[in-house]
Amino acid sequence: MIALLIRDMKLGTRAGGGFGLGLAFFLIVVVLVPFGVGPETGRLALIAPGILWLGALLACLLSLDRIFALDWEDGSLDLLATSPLPMEAAVSVKALAHWLTTGLPLVLAAPVLGVLLSLPAAGYAPLILSLALGTPALSVIGTFGAALTVGLKRGGLLLSLLVLPLYVPTLIFGAEMARRGAEGMGNTTPMLMLAGITCGTIALLPFASAAVLRVNLR
Amino acid sequence: MELVVTDLAVARGGVPVLEGVSFTVAGGEALVLRGPNGIGKTTLLRTVAGLQPPLAGRVGLDREAMAYAGHSDGIKATLSVRENLTFWADVFATDRVPAALAAFELEGLADRHAGNLSAGQKRRLGLARMVVTGRPVWVLDEPTVSLDVDAVAMFAGAVRAHLAGGGMALLATHIELGLEEARVLNLAPFRARAPEPDDFDGAFL
Repeated sequence: MIALLIRDMKLGTRAGGGFGLGLAFFLIVVVLVPFGVGPETGRLALIAPGILWLGALLACLLSLDRIFALDWEDGSLDLLATSPLPMEAAVSVKALAHWLTTGLPLVLAAPVLGVLLSLPAAGYAPLILSLALGTPALSVIGTFGAALTVGLKRGGLLLSLLVLPLYVPTLIFGAEMARRGAEGMGNTTPMLMLAGITCGTIALLPFASAAVLRVNLR
Repeated sequence: MELVVTDLAVARGGVPVLEGVSFTVAGGEALVLRGPNGIGKTTLLRTVAGLQPPLAGRVGLDREAMAYAGHSDGIKATLSVRENLTFWADVFATDRVPAALAAFELEGLADRHAGNLSAGQKRRLGLARMVVTGRPVWVLDEPTVSLDVDAVAMFAGAVRAHLAGGGMALLATHIELGLEEARVLNLAPFRARAPEPDDFDGAFL
């Protein structure tokens, strides 16, 4: 399992691996927002948590189709399926590698981009915490979507259509937690809901992804 | 240890292609599958390797005993030759990378990016993975595609070494491998017959 994680991290960070693309996309979305809605600090501060969450979610979506598509194309997915590694473990490791190369950089970059959107000082800790809690769910759900669409030509768009509705609960509670934090209100309830969604997806979805992948490999 | 396949029926895309296939491969033995294009060699090998369930019949050995190599080599272009093999060695928990590099004369290329290899060299790397797995049954689908004469001999040598260690090999191929001792099984007699339409509606399905 560790070997697969190391390989996926290596592939993700080497040439053509797409590491940093999600981060750059996140940066550009956040930079473009003040051009679109105007530079008034008050208005930006109001929408900052929502924009940051939406940007992170879309940036996460960008690299989802690579999770299995590349391994499918060069045949490694077949070879992995015949290896001693259980499919559930392989799927979980791939989701973890996706989070480490996409989700974690977004979490770390969010406070810097918060400055660009004049996020109130009280909002930084809840924003980072909500992204740290929520982005693993985005990777795990995305892995399920990638498993569903593996082997389809031009499956990327279908993948987005399948996955985005599943992202709704994470987005609602994540953005709510960040917004309440920025406005200085208590945010325990959305935080617990968000943590619950993440734990639930991590516990259940790898089994679904592995089952779907086995069917797709036939 | 021997691989016993009894009365196997396999389907591709829901259509039965082969039925009633039975054979036995004993330890130290190689079996070459032959047959025209589309007869179902690949489907049969994928079924034996455990990648898809059979329609009927059974494969005597567990999938944990099989090492499968398909048409694609599963090579990552941005990893070096050694990194590619080391990854599989870690997954299969073996330490046979030097042996695999030697068997296919890849030592000189070990630190090259796999993306820079020629088609034949990639194929050799893909086959070297079989040595790395350390599994008793090699299931090989068209292993000699894009190999030159020397590399085919190299491959035959690797298979012989595997057989000498009590291993088994099941190969689908169209060309002579130089493995004179291998038995040949022609799959043409096992072609699945189209099911008789049983009624008026059935004829339209």
